[in-house]
Amino acid sequence: MILDQPRQNVQFTSPIGRGRIAFGDPAAVFGTDAGATSVAPAARLMKARQTSLRAPRVDPRTEPGAARRVIIAIAVVFLSVFVVLPLIVVFAQAFSKGAMAYVVALSDPEALSAIRLTLSVAAISVGFNLVFGVFAAWAIAKFDFAGKTLLVTLIDLPFSVSPVISGLVFVLLFGAQGYFGPWLQRHDIHVLFALPGITLATIFVTFPFVARALIPLMQEQGTQEEEAAISLGASGLQTFFRVTLPNIKWGLLYGVLLCNARAMGEFGAVSVVSGHIRGETNTLPLLVEILYNEYQFAASFAIASLLAMLALITLVVKTILERRLDEGQTSGEH
Amino acid sequence: MSIELKNIAKKFGTFAALDGVDLNVADGELLALLGPSGSGKTTLLRIIAGLDWPDVGEVSFDGENALAHSAGDRQVGFVFQHYALFRHMTVFENVAFGLRVQPRAIRKDEAAIRARVKSLLDLVQLNWLANRYPSQLSGGQRQRIALARALAIEPRILLLDEPFGALDAKVRKELRQWLRSLHSEINVTSIFVTHDQEEALEVANRVVVMDKGRIEQVGTPGEVYDHPATAFVHGFIGESIMLPVEVRDGAVQLDGKPLNIAADPALRGASKLFVRRHDMQIGPSGSGALEGAVRHVRSFGPIQRAEVALCGGEGKTVIEIDAPRDRTLQPGDIVGLQPRRYRIFAAPD
Amino acid sequence: MNSAAGQRSTLPGFGLTMGLTLTWLSVIILIPLAGLFLKTFELSFDQFWAIVTSRRTLNALRISFSLSFAAAIVNLVMGTIIVWALVRYRFPGRRLFDAVVDIPFALPTAVAGVALSALFAQQGWLGAPLAALGVKVALTPVGIFVAMIFIGIPFVVRTVQPVLIDLDVEIEEAAASLGANRWHIVVKVILPSLIPALLTGFALAFARAVGEYGSVIFIAGNLPNVSEIAPLLIVIRLSEFRYADATAIAVVMLVASFLIIFIVNRLQRWAQTRAPTH
Repeated sequence: MILDQPRQNVQFTSPIGRGRIAFGDPAAVFGTDAGATSVAPAARLMKARQTSLRAPRVDPRTEPGAARRVIIAIAVVFLSVFVVLPLIVVFAQAFSKGAMAYVVALSDPEALSAIRLTLSVAAISVGFNLVFGVFAAWAIAKFDFAGKTLLVTLIDLPFSVSPVISGLVFVLLFGAQGYFGPWLQRHDIHVLFALPGITLATIFVTFPFVARALIPLMQEQGTQEEEAAISLGASGLQTFFRVTLPNIKWGLLYGVLLCNARAMGEFGAVSVVSGHIRGETNTLPLLVEILYNEYQFAASFAIASLLAMLALITLVVKTILERRLDEGQTSGEH
Repeated sequence: MSIELKNIAKKFGTFAALDGVDLNVADGELLALLGPSGSGKTTLLRIIAGLDWPDVGEVSFDGENALAHSAGDRQVGFVFQHYALFRHMTVFENVAFGLRVQPRAIRKDEAAIRARVKSLLDLVQLNWLANRYPSQLSGGQRQRIALARALAIEPRILLLDEPFGALDAKVRKELRQWLRSLHSEINVTSIFVTHDQEEALEVANRVVVMDKGRIEQVGTPGEVYDHPATAFVHGFIGESIMLPVEVRDGAVQLDGKPLNIAADPALRGASKLFVRRHDMQIGPSGSGALEGAVRHVRSFGPIQRAEVALCGGEGKTVIEIDAPRDRTLQPGDIVGLQPRRYRIFAAPD
Repeated sequence: MNSAAGQRSTLPGFGLTMGLTLTWLSVIILIPLAGLFLKTFELSFDQFWAIVTSRRTLNALRISFSLSFAAAIVNLVMGTIIVWALVRYRFPGRRLFDAVVDIPFALPTAVAGVALSALFAQQGWLGAPLAALGVKVALTPVGIFVAMIFIGIPFVVRTVQPVLIDLDVEIEEAAASLGANRWHIVVKVILPSLIPALLTGFALAFARAVGEYGSVIFIAGNLPNVSEIAPLLIVIRLSEFRYADATAIAVVMLVASFLIIFIVNRLQRWAQTRAPTH
């Protein structure tokens, strides 16, 4: 859900110069005034001036002003209604019973437990997928081998799978009637309806983020610097930490940021595996659902507002990181 | 440090990059690997460095098997074509890198490292750039820093991959002279790869001419220029005229007409005649083995460069000749051409 | 370590990183997915067919796919307008709205779900005026439609944006100099070169909407056969311990999603042969 990168052929970073506008608003007057030859010079000049003041300025390089305004209006209204308004509603509803009620909702034991759970799950998921992402990116970007496309497609798989299905697969494995169910019950190990299950499902849905951020970056950076380091006597680890890591740090942060945002906000997959045990296996998004279903709207939106703020902060940091990454690409390396 | 290469072969997929290469490099010499792209010269260099591995063959440094060691252990300094400077480190840190990653046992202390880096930057005359980043340097400066970085680890062999390829002509010339004087100062066995013959001939002690994964000739610049061993070398080095000829019983024929020049009696059949542009003597019509009509003349400096269409055949063969300016040539002149010095090589099927 | 040893790489670590990558990939992705397919094959084809063609399942699939398609169409049209305005025009707040486009990506689905539900509920800021006009959004399929539009907004915009930015101005100027008016230029010159990106964005929005759960279940009525989406039905079946049913529906959804992406890839390739961009 969070920041699914568009598919292969599209660059993963925001396009360089994203704020660029191709056309401004030049005013060019075309055409001479017809029939001028039949009128005396001074009168001709006068007529030309009058015509140019009255005639609409038609610039074939962009749309006529009225069309432009309509298009902008439609875009702005649409985005305001469908995106800005819902965001505002979250905060409006959160504070609808006053600031005091907001604070109370957030300091409720269930809320605190949900915060703790969300943070733990996110930390573990991001940690695992960070390590995985780095390993996968190193293998894929710095070496040549057959089956690379297949490997990358497999890594991308969680993106194309519905979150509910992402949770389903773990129920099929670890549920009471799942493949490992009886074995787990015999050994009194709880995967589903407990932290392990929630973590596994979260790891699944956030699997590709770090790898996808690093792979194109490391491919673009090539292997020359690493080869230089090796030829100068550095070991593999030294090469990675001293040469590769500093070069990929912004991409790494970007991947971690997106991974974290998705890990904290995941709902569908976690909902399926969590069991919704109050105070124990509810993450923040699940708590939002529970409170909402119990008509505790203000509390529900208070929790939702936390997640909304996380989303906004993520977007801000993401934009900053994208700029850093763009700079890295355009400041000629060779 | 002398280098011995025996029977080196390497394939990339079905493409044979190197096909049975033998080479001996003497201690302290400056050697050029010269050839067109695809000739295998960079692959050979990387194999010596340990950045690539041969399918077959032996590599020895001073008699010791080098293939038993990884690139980092061979004490080889490698300068990449596009410098490969560490973009997030300053110039100083770049040069110091090799010294900082040495195992603790042999690593120098910080003060010694700093002193060595400073002396290297002095050597390449770029001390004032010590705190800049590679992106702030010009191409020529980056190249010199790359060299300083490679020298920091006191390599026994210095390898340079098209070191001046990415620079513009004037900077290239300056750096060529600089490299030659640097080499005479530090006297490390050095090998550089280039496709620019002027560079190879100007800088190197010996030149190795390569084509299609094989060595065509090894010799001093003079040897390679004046006594090319194969048709390829003759055609690749210096400006040559090449004419396809037939040889039978020591007699040479061009386009079916006999040519009054001698040929090695051992040659037989289709062959190639090579003459340097300035070795073709121009005289009045009938004075030489060949006849031609001048089509176009360009004069510069001490020579006139003339385009001459050979008579006979269909007059379609056009060659370029460098003639002295004592007798001005005009378009339309019919002239006699006599090769003063020439070589005839057997043409491959 | 003799010279005839097989392919050696200059850089170290391939064995280790590749090994760990494959292991991790298998544990997290391949084994769970294998479990899914194993479960499917436990059913006989008749059983599978019976589950999938039961009235409730068919309706859920119908609702999911048809509403996703419709929402993706809306996003195709609106996305084009939005990306055009953002790339081609200057207006106050342009940068802000450019950032706003990413919000449906970044916002957790549960938050989006409750927000949209509150917004379009009978007493909601938009729900109330719409109710006065006789239009009920929340708790109906229309609500599902609205939620699916919300989550699909960034796909078309972000996929088309880089292509539109990179379009060569000179092509439009050439067309203008040959006498084409603005309408012609837009429809015959510019839009065709955007088609691959548009199709990709459409497919992504479609695929995403089909699988969407959190954003939709709050605003939908979730009435079986009326406003119940396929993912919800899967969840319900799981809670009833009818694993086989849940799996069957999931497989249908997966296959359909992959088909969509496959067809769109084909369309893209066809579009590229007709109107090559670069």
